[in-house]
Amino acid sequence: MKTVTLSIDGKKVFAHTGEKVLWAALDNGIYIPNLCAMRENSEEPMTACRLCFVEIEGYAQPVTACTEPVREGLEVSTRGERALRLARSGLELLLASHPIECARCPVNRACELQRMAAHLGIKLKTRRLRKFVHEFPIDSSSPLFVYDPNKCVLCGRCVFICQKLPGTPAIGFAHRGFDRRVTTCGDEPIGNRCGDCTECVSACPSGALVFKSRSPAADGS
Amino acid sequence: MKVLSPVSLSGIRAQAAQHWQATFGGWHSGRPVITVGMATCGRAAGAMDVLQALRDELARLELDCPVVEVGCTGHCYAEPLVTIYKPGYPAICYGYVNPVIARTLLREFLQGDNPCPEFVLGALETNDLVPSFADFPRAKYETRLLLKNCGQIDPEQIEHYIANGGYAALEKALQITPEEVITEIKEARLRGRGGAGFPTGEKWEMCRRAPGRPKYVICNADEGDPGAFMDRAVLESDPHSVLESLIIAGYAIGAGQGYIYVRAEYPLAVQRLRLALRQARQHNLLGRHILGNAFSFDVRLFLGSGAFICGEETALIASLEGEAGIPRHRPPYPAEHGLHGKPTLIDNVKTLGCVRHIIRDGAKAFAAIGTQKSTGTAVFALAGKVVNTGLVEVPMGTTLRQIIFDVGGGIPKGKRFKAVQIGGPSGACLPESALDLPVDFDSLTDAGAMMGSGGMVVLDEDDCMVEIARYFLQFTQRESCGKCTFCRLGTRQMLAILDDITKGKGKPEDIAVLAELAEDVKAGSLCGLGKTAPNPVLSTLRYFRDEYEAHVKEGRCPALMCQDLINYYIIPEKCERSCDACVGTCTVEAISPNSKRIKVIDQAKCVKCGLCLPACPIKYGAIIKQSPPQVQK
Ligand SMILES: Cc1cc2nc3c(=O)[nH]c(=O)nc-3n(C[C@H](O)[C@H](O)[C@H](O)COP(=O)(O)O)c2cc1C
Ligand code: SF4
Ligand code: SF4
Ligand code: FES
Repeated sequence: MKTVTLSIDGKKVFAHTGEKVLWAALDNGIYIPNLCAMRENSEEPMTACRLCFVEIEGYAQPVTACTEPVREGLEVSTRGERALRLARSGLELLLASHPIECARCPVNRACELQRMAAHLGIKLKTRRLRKFVHEFPIDSSSPLFVYDPNKCVLCGRCVFICQKLPGTPAIGFAHRGFDRRVTTCGDEPIGNRCGDCTECVSACPSGALVFKSRSPAADGS
Repeated sequence: MKVLSPVSLSGIRAQAAQHWQATFGGWHSGRPVITVGMATCGRAAGAMDVLQALRDELARLELDCPVVEVGCTGHCYAEPLVTIYKPGYPAICYGYVNPVIARTLLREFLQGDNPCPEFVLGALETNDLVPSFADFPRAKYETRLLLKNCGQIDPEQIEHYIANGGYAALEKALQITPEEVITEIKEARLRGRGGAGFPTGEKWEMCRRAPGRPKYVICNADEGDPGAFMDRAVLESDPHSVLESLIIAGYAIGAGQGYIYVRAEYPLAVQRLRLALRQARQHNLLGRHILGNAFSFDVRLFLGSGAFICGEETALIASLEGEAGIPRHRPPYPAEHGLHGKPTLIDNVKTLGCVRHIIRDGAKAFAAIGTQKSTGTAVFALAGKVVNTGLVEVPMGTTLRQIIFDVGGGIPKGKRFKAVQIGGPSGACLPESALDLPVDFDSLTDAGAMMGSGGMVVLDEDDCMVEIARYFLQFTQRESCGKCTFCRLGTRQMLAILDDITKGKGKPEDIAVLAELAEDVKAGSLCGLGKTAPNPVLSTLRYFRDEYEAHVKEGRCPALMCQDLINYYIIPEKCERSCDACVGTCTVEAISPNSKRIKVIDQAKCVKCGLCLPACPIKYGAIIKQSPPQVQK
């Protein structure tokens, strides 16, 4: 396979042609915030989270690293002010619509939101924005995991995995705009629909899908 | 292109000419004809009743006069419209017709010889008898290309279309190579009318060159902008013009199948397109070996469910494929990777509408209209605080002032112009200082606006710019598909701020946060909806920031529009105590006299309907609407 050389934050990096900047960076130990990117669909990325912005020499605007193919000589900066502003603003929007109850959350300290907030230097509790958190019921119908739609950041990783697996997919997106959510057909309890492979749980970057083994509280209540 | 068995249009054309002659020919040789505007705008104004009254009265008077149902002429403000072609007279168009006027016209003008000048809107040609459309100030600016046939022919008769030069462009296109067709479009410098203004010829070329088969062409007739109805008017009034161009596009890029994606909320357009498709198939203008050439092509209608986002090309394609109408990242562009992953050309109704003119009359003739970089005409749906609402077609480069004041007839009721909202929910509000801006793709973009889909709403001194921004953002916020973070959550935050400001609950820092979010949503969103949703906010912040500040800092709505920031108040010194005209007008009994018989409004009871305001005699003028609200001590 052909390789190209590009620079990311001044560091010389080798990557395969056709690969996206995001993966070239991550594979070389350079972190770029991201939620929705998956290696499995890096050819046609979901581009939903809008957090992976980088600046590229010669480009007028920051671009999403998960969509930008590497090219010979590309000069990428992950620390440009405009890219960081977008990533911060995007994450802040997500956090403003996320219940911040980390102390009680089963994924506390294993959470991508916390990781990104630390990386970008922003607080989990936003002062600038208003708080809009959904109050959907929590679904603990599966014997193995709990689904809390209020904590979902709509990255789509779980949906992609579920739909890629053989058999009828259990989950998908429903509704539009602010009401968009991951749910089952007919909003049935997830346990009725799912074969408990729990691939989605492993894929979830937030505390929306968690193993019951990690979350005794949600199980009993 | 190889001709299999030379069939030409001439046979159909002779037939069509005969048909046209049979209807309209009588005008010159003894028999009158009447046309009635029966597009959605006409129907909404009562054209059905007028049509029935005309038919009944003609039967009663035993007059031989065909009545032809035509489309929209663009004079929507004066619907229902009836045009009488009486031998010996110019063709005269009557406006605001109702069944009574309709019967009067038949008796007075058709039977008698009185053209009833009191009901005349305008004659179609200059004459000594009655005023004509050419005398209207708008005639100087209007150039009818896309709307040429609209209101002049019966959209349900393919013969009418052909008798007026229809399908000549297709015939001509099939005699040259697809590459030559594309060259012609490029030389005409046509740009997309769907919003972005992308060079159409380049897109066609990209699609023709893209590897992969089969290829598709799609006509985007989703028209979801609130207040926009240009595409509807063209589809309803001249469906074959769109179809003819779509067939030419199919030929040019090498497609065998076309689609028209039309919103299901346009039932009349759907019905007429269905009929047009059937007629075109009958005449071998669609189907196998079109007009005897090796080129085969057919078109299917697809009814969209009416989501605004489905007008975005990648969402539209997903919807055509039976998926949810959710956009995806571009590139790849549909021209390379579209419907079913195949090269797909997608063009707006009006873009296509230009194509047949370019092919038939040549690129030079088209490029001579408009400006160097924006050729041809622009079609606008003029609405809001303007005298002549309706459809307007002017050359690109016409100034906003000319459109609003000359074509549109200015602001009604002697009010002051404040701003023009152009481009719908993705567009911007431009102030008075921008009135001399030429309307073309680039000038508008430079001013922070957008050609958009062609909505143009005129605003006057009574319109609050914060409320206008809130109104449009509420639309886009509701229509967001929710896929990406900035649009889903950013517009929600922005709307909350605007709601607060218009309710007088804005905090000093809100304006800055609103501006920051607007910039981020614009830069960070995935598709055009999110990228343009902040435009109404950004443009009002740029040109009318003082209004935002008045709301936030003084609790004052300068236009007296925001209900929470105004109240009605009776100036005690001005109240004529013996008069009680206002008391009875109040439906909630909020007005009562105090001990000195001066009327006082109980603000707790008042519902701010404003009915009392005109009740106070002008000579007293004691009742005022004011902001910020003040209460009588
Ligand atoms: C939210 C959104 C809505 C759109 N709606 C329409 C529409 O109703 N009609 C249309 O022709 N184009 C619409 N577009 C533009 C299309 O994506 C596309 O650019 C256009 O159909 C291309 O045709 P053109 O080159 O002829 O302009 C919309 C774009 C966005 C982002
Ligand atoms: S449940 Fe988890 S993986 Fe699925 S969309 Fe929500 S945050 Fe992403
Ligand atoms: S910008 Fe809005 S409409 Fe477009 S993909 Fe994102 S959420 Fe959907
Ligand atoms: S990782 Fe690039 S948009 Fe989500």
